[in-house]
This record gives sequence, structure tokens and C-alpha cells, in this order.
Amino acid sequence: MSPVCPDAVRCGDTSPAGRRGRVLAVLLASALALSGCATADIASRDAGFNDPFEPRNRDVHAFNKGVDRVVLRPASQVYGTVVPGPVRGGIGNFADNLGLPAAVVNNLLQGRIEPAGKNTFRFLVNSTFGLGGFLDPATDMGLTEESTDFGETLHVWGAGEGVYLEMPLRGPTTMRDTVGTVVDVFLDPVGAAIDSPEAQYVLGAKALSLVGDRYRYSDTIDSLLYESADSYSQARLLYLQNRRFELGTEAESNSYDPYNDPYAQ
Amino acid sequence: MPSERTPGGPVQGGLTRRMMLALLAGGTAFAVLAPRGALALDTAEARALIDRAVGEINGVINSGQSETAMFASFEQIFARYADVAIIAQSALGVAARQASPAQMAAFTRAFQTYISRKYGRRFREFIGGKIEVTGAQQVKSFYEVISTAYLRGEAPFEVRFQVSDRSGRDLFFNIIIEGVNMLASERTEIGALLDARRGNLDQLIADLPAMG
Repeated sequence: MSPVCPDAVRCGDTSPAGRRGRVLAVLLASALALSGCATADIASRDAGFNDPFEPRNRDVHAFNKGVDRVVLRPASQVYGTVVPGPVRGGIGNFADNLGLPAAVVNNLLQGRIEPAGKNTFRFLVNSTFGLGGFLDPATDMGLTEESTDFGETLHVWGAGEGVYLEMPLRGPTTMRDTVGTVVDVFLDPVGAAIDSPEAQYVLGAKALSLVGDRYRYSDTIDSLLYESADSYSQARLLYLQNRRFELGTEAESNSYDPYNDPYAQ
Repeated sequence: MPSERTPGGPVQGGLTRRMMLALLAGGTAFAVLAPRGALALDTAEARALIDRAVGEINGVINSGQSETAMFASFEQIFARYADVAIIAQSALGVAARQASPAQMAAFTRAFQTYISRKYGRRFREFIGGKIEVTGAQQVKSFYEVISTAYLRGEAPFEVRFQVSDRSGRDLFFNIIIEGVNMLASERTEIGALLDARRGNLDQLIADLPAMG
């Protein structure tokens, strides 16, 4: 490619960093376009949820449950039985620690300086005294994680949550949070800083951390997925309520008084 | 609020650890309010009520009893301190309007067994934990007591109790854990159970005690 097109600026920088930059630009543009839908979205938020793709989402939910039943749940049982608790905890800490630089970027994009500082110190403390992030001395120092993501950044910038979606292998989300998840991949300084084979180790640690969480919250997740009469509806309700709580946009339903309206109409 | 997120993955990938906590935290939350005299409730009273009740529940959590014994204590506490009738009625929603008084009474009994068992089973997550009341406020026609739950190995999280004396006693009727509303969750669940029985309430009443 370079002999035909030697000018990297005109023809596009094909280095990994250059590709990352271009993808990011496109994603940011679409994210901002999404922000335009903010006003129309507020009405649907108070009404509960906006789920026009419910039939498609239910198909995906059935698929995800199948993956959990056949792959993730059995894998987590093996992992939880074979790997000692402290090792599982260490891998979880390691994966969480590597998520902090991306959180700092988002804290800054939201103009939230204090959480950015806290997450930065947390990262530094755990990466050094915490032996590369396997231990978590920062929490004992009061430096708890101020978790955030690009979905929250979009919210701060004025984007509405958009329609509810259930994504294959990922689960409940919204249009805004889906865009956020994709942008976060490209915003992540850790992803930009490391290359093969370190990138594979990080991916492996994140996968193990997920499997570890599936084991740790096994009873709760089993009860949601396999004991609910309608696990799709329960997952939707749980995701949206908790996400709105995190973002500070809780619905009116939390001031519902059953003594005034006993039939919940 | 700080919150840890799980990385992406099947089904629960978009759910955060907080949500998992919210689900399992329903366990303790049910147990927390004590009945009181018929005096009108105010913010300080609602808070004092929770303070006392939290002491009681913390006692059960750390009693060293067997899990089975704790579940039994928990079921009793729930039956005494929650306004099960209004929770059951609200969970049933519009279907409660067509129900006869006998059906409602039977449904409330079945619902109490169901909900105590459902949340009682998750109770063991709280062994060694504690809840601390941090504030209270009036919300429209009722009071909301705000507390923080500390579970072993987890970041602290917020639990809000909604208290009313409109039943004639001071009882709780809803718990909101990290934004997740117990009443809304049970409304969804009972609605789905009823749909699965083509709206047959008597069938639901018969099946409910074995669930949860």
C-alpha cells in the first residue's frame, strides 16, 4: 500500500494508532448524533422503558441463556472449584485495575476532576504496592473505584438512553450504552499502550474475571435467569433501574405510594 | 456512586455487580422494620424504627445459628414487620380488583410464603455483614430511610426503606437497593406468573407457596 500511496496524511495512517483514531472519530460523530435524540427520550424514560425491538431482544435473550447454560455457568463451576478464592480475587483485581485508565479518560471527558484524581491514585497505588493490581491496598486507603464508562459520558453530554437492547454475549443495555461500550474499546489507554502478546493476557484476565463473577454471584444470577417467570422482563427492569440510579436519572416509580394506588395503575 | 462493572459477557455482562448485590440484598432488606404504636410517623420516628430493626437483623446475621435456623427467623421477621397485604395487592396489580375477598386473603398468605422463602434463601450472603442507617426524609405521603449495607468483600451500597403507617401500624412496603425497586420487580414477576396461567388466580394461589 505505501508505494502507491506514500502520503500517510492524505491516504490515511494505517498504523494501529491511526486506525484507532479514525474509528474513534466516526464513533464520536455517531455518539453526538445520538445526543440529538435526548429530548424525545425523556418521556419514554418516565413511562418505564422503551423496547420497540422486544421480539428480537427476546430471541437474543434466549440465545444468551443458552450460552450461559452450556458454556459460562459450567465453566464458572469448574473455575470456582479448581482455582482457590484468593487467586480468583487477585485475577478480578488485576482486570479491574486495568479498567481504571479508561475510567479516568471518561471522568475527564465528563469534567469530573475529583473522581479522575481518585481513580488515577487508585491505579498508581494498586499497580505498585498492589503488585501490578493483583492486590487492592487502595480500597483500604479509602481510594474506592469511581466507576464510569463512555455511556455515562454520553449521558453527561446530554444524550438520552435510547431504546432498550439485549446484545448477544453481552446482555442488557441501551442504544446509548451500546455506543458507549464500543467507544470505550477505542478510548482505552491500556489497549493503545500494549500489543501482542500482552493484549492477549489482559483479555484472558478479563475473561477469567467475568467467569469468576459468574461463580461469585451464582445463586443470584441463577435465580434471575432460571427461576424468574419471565427472566427477560426481570433483566430489563433490573438493568434499567440500576443504570438510571448510577446516572442519577431514576424514574418516578420510586415515589410510588401503594396506599394511594393499591392496584398499581 | 462508585460501582464495579463486570466486563462484557453472556447474559449478565451488561449487569453490574451492584445489580447482583441489589438482588441478593433484598434478603436483609425485608427483615428490617418493626411494628409500632398508632402514633403518626415522622422522619425521626421512621429513622429510629430502622435503627432498632437494623440492630435486630444484625443480631440474626451474626448469631452463629445454622442457615436453616436463620431462614426460619428471617421468615418470622418478615411476616411481622412488612405490610405483606399491601405488597401482595400491589404485586397483583389490576388483577386484584377482580379478586374476591377470599381470593385476596388466600393470595396474601401464599405470597407471604413465597416472598419469605425467595429472599430468605439469599440471606446467607449477609452473614457477617451489617447495615447502618444514614438518614431519613419524607417522600410525598410516606417516609424513606436511607442506609448503607456493608457486606464482606463488597463495596458498600445504598439501601432505602419506604415506611408508612397507613395500614394502621408502622410497616415497610418497599425497598430500593441501588435503584432497584422490590415492588416493581415483584409486580413484573407476579404478572408473568399469572400470564403463564392464563390469568387463573386460583391456580397461582395453589402454585405460589412452592415457588420462590
